[in-house]
Amino acid sequence: MSDIGITGYAAYVPRLRMDRAAIAAAHAWALPGLKSAAKGERSFCSWDEDTITMSVAALRACLRGSASGSLRSLSFASTTPVFADLQNASMVAAAAGLGAELSTLDASGSLRAGTSALLRALEGGAAAGSSMADSAIVAADARRAKPGSVQELHYGAGAVALRVGSAAPIARYLGSASSVSAFVDHFRSEGEAYDYQWEERWIRDEGYLKIVPAAVQRLLKSAGVEAASIDHFCLSATIGGVAAAVAKQLGIKPEALVDNFAARCGDTGAAHPLLMFAAALERATPGQKILVTGFGAGCDALLFETTAAISAYRSASPPSTALARGLTDGNYTKLLSFSGELQLDWGMRAECDMKTALTQLYRAREQVVAFMAGKCSHCGTVQFPRLAACVKCDSTAPMSAEPLADAPAKVATFTADWLMYYPAPPLYVGLVQFDNGARLVMEMVEVDPERFDVGTPLRMVYRVKDRDPLRHHQRYFWKAAPAL
Amino acid sequence: MATGIKDKVAIIGMGCTKFGERWDCGTEHLLNEAFQEALLDAGVTKDQIGAAWYGSAIDRVNVGNSGLPASTALRLHGVPVTRVENMCATGTEALRGAAYAVAAGAVDFALAIGAEKLKDTGYGGLPVSSRGTLNDLILPFATAPSGFAQLAAGYRARYGVSREDLKRAMARVSWKSHQNGAKNPKAHLRKPVEMETILNAPLVAEPLGVYDCCGVSDGAACAILTTPDIARGLGKKDLVTIKALQVALSAGREMSTSDWDGSYVRNTRIAAKRAYEEAGITDPRRQISMMEVHDCFSITELVTMEDLFISADGGAVRDIMDGFYDADGAVPCQIDGGLKCFGHPIGASGLRMCYENYLQLLGRAGARQLANPVYGLSHNLGGVPYNCVSSVAIMGRAA
Repeated sequence: MSDIGITGYAAYVPRLRMDRAAIAAAHAWALPGLKSAAKGERSFCSWDEDTITMSVAALRACLRGSASGSLRSLSFASTTPVFADLQNASMVAAAAGLGAELSTLDASGSLRAGTSALLRALEGGAAAGSSMADSAIVAADARRAKPGSVQELHYGAGAVALRVGSAAPIARYLGSASSVSAFVDHFRSEGEAYDYQWEERWIRDEGYLKIVPAAVQRLLKSAGVEAASIDHFCLSATIGGVAAAVAKQLGIKPEALVDNFAARCGDTGAAHPLLMFAAALERATPGQKILVTGFGAGCDALLFETTAAISAYRSASPPSTALARGLTDGNYTKLLSFSGELQLDWGMRAECDMKTALTQLYRAREQVVAFMAGKCSHCGTVQFPRLAACVKCDSTAPMSAEPLADAPAKVATFTADWLMYYPAPPLYVGLVQFDNGARLVMEMVEVDPERFDVGTPLRMVYRVKDRDPLRHHQRYFWKAAPAL
Repeated sequence: MATGIKDKVAIIGMGCTKFGERWDCGTEHLLNEAFQEALLDAGVTKDQIGAAWYGSAIDRVNVGNSGLPASTALRLHGVPVTRVENMCATGTEALRGAAYAVAAGAVDFALAIGAEKLKDTGYGGLPVSSRGTLNDLILPFATAPSGFAQLAAGYRARYGVSREDLKRAMARVSWKSHQNGAKNPKAHLRKPVEMETILNAPLVAEPLGVYDCCGVSDGAACAILTTPDIARGLGKKDLVTIKALQVALSAGREMSTSDWDGSYVRNTRIAAKRAYEEAGITDPRRQISMMEVHDCFSITELVTMEDLFISADGGAVRDIMDGFYDADGAVPCQIDGGLKCFGHPIGASGLRMCYENYLQLLGRAGARQLANPVYGLSHNLGGVPYNCVSSVAIMGRAA
């Protein structure tokens, strides 16, 4: 048996949560039926979050505390990738500070994209041998939903990162089974904003209850594992009772069902099976069996067994933490505005040209994307940006790269700008002082005005800096958020 | 050995438009309005202008770049007109260029002129524009008030001043300027404003409210310069000469290192020290008769009082509340109403400040006239406190 398995995991869920009751209340005049489904809250991206930024956050947390130099590949899985041609995985890799000697791939086109990417990493790693096995998968989704649709209530946003390898895995990979089917329960055509869905009862009866059990039974048979011995069963489905019905049909214990986070997060699409997997890993004790399934025009079923290493493993951002950090919001138009369903009148100040010089972006990639400051080889001063001469001693001696993304920092000065066009007013901006000496003016996000002042500790987050509606481009940079 | 600009250049004529929402005219009209007043005042003709420096800051919303908009508007046929831009110090930079030309003996008469047409933007406040391809990737797009508002956080942290006390002192700065501006026919905003109105105004950038921010307007101002000898040859008796012209710029330390605490503006201090030295001023709190400082925001004026060494460090709040800078105080400040009441057509502001000092020194300031002023100081601050262009100009009666 191969030693390959999961060596790490981390989850990221945007802190913004919309109270589903607020969504239903806004639509009650036309769609009173939504009220019955409007329980709990769903996560949604702030204006400056997307599948790339969420993936960067999850991947950074997943890699925290361990060397990433041995990583051989990174896959990005999403049905809502930011770019159609500009590999999203490469952007995530650059922001996470991964080196150039990396194989990268985008997986898309199905809610199975996450499980399929994981499957490829496991099978590829097993085939390549232990020295080449180290790889990472990030899965993220932030699907748009038509206002007033059930999907608007069901969908959430989130990302998960998994690390695959053979060095002391916390869960060994026992095998998998996949199937493909022309079962079309929903689709979204290229360039379209919204999914088109068929009736839930049909999806349940002809889809989940037939396609999933077939794949799982094949897997269990080949692995020689009894359904009753499964300790954690991950099946992502927003249709009520589906996971329980599938489990019952298969003979999986009801208590093995992993919560689908409908109450606090909603369905995170291609990321969701892996988010549930991460939650199972967070809860699991050594020697437990975890069954992960991905459903969408077929099924992926993957089986794992936790090892003794799981007892000592601590994720820097486990699902429970990511889910618990929600900031509940009742402003429904905020959800609409941030996701692009509603165009507010931001006035003439919003007419700035945000053209990005791609030449400049490439020259400054180490600074802008990987957030590397320069360290003067003459006087040792850490500084950002890294210009031709040292800001402190004026030396033109070469500078070495000094990472800022995880460096401790505090607020030096700040203000809340109500005049500037900003999609989530006010714009908090100020000088950020890093303990290592670097200082720069930064945008500040997730600010609680009651608990924010000079000296407040900060952490760095990778976010959309500006959107360029003229060229359908957006540029990213780091922002400062209060330390958690 | 450099000997400085002191008393080498006389200002023999100045002009300043009515500032405000000049819907009726474009930059070319503003330039002419100021220029004609200055020509009349100087008693020279257009043909005698040997060179001109034209300041305009925001070419995108104004008349474009180069000296051509000024040469064309003023019909300065064949005259070397140089366009200068150095953020909010642009007007003072035009004066510096013209003054250096006269002091060098390159020309007999030089023109410094600045103008800005801000009310063609369609909104309040200054436009926010690109800071270059690299900065656009890393700097937040924020407004001018948000840059200066951060001084309040730094100042509070350093001196332990409460939010309320600082807000009140800032309001007092604006209250005083509105009192002064009400007496000035060329000012844009001419109504006194109550303290409570200022304190309770909507926030623009915390803690700056609407009345903590200067107005936005159109305007132009200019000066005609020559040497004191030539001026006397023209029969001029009461001469106003330039005593000091200094500009200091950030080079990254405030913004990129920890050796600045955000409670003052380092380059104003550098420019002020050099200016006092150039002018031979040793005790500015007692020697400076009046000041026109860059009150783009009330907090800017507050820290500038310390940066110019008029108030002691941490002492500006008390001086302001004591009325030290009021029209009847020891060092009247913004006696014409300041940027607060004139607004800030960027290219014009530095020269508009000089215009008030010039009028005061010649006893021509009407209802605002101060008793026996000796030195008038003007100050500009462009950019943001942590990355700025500071200028200090001092003028006085000829020796």
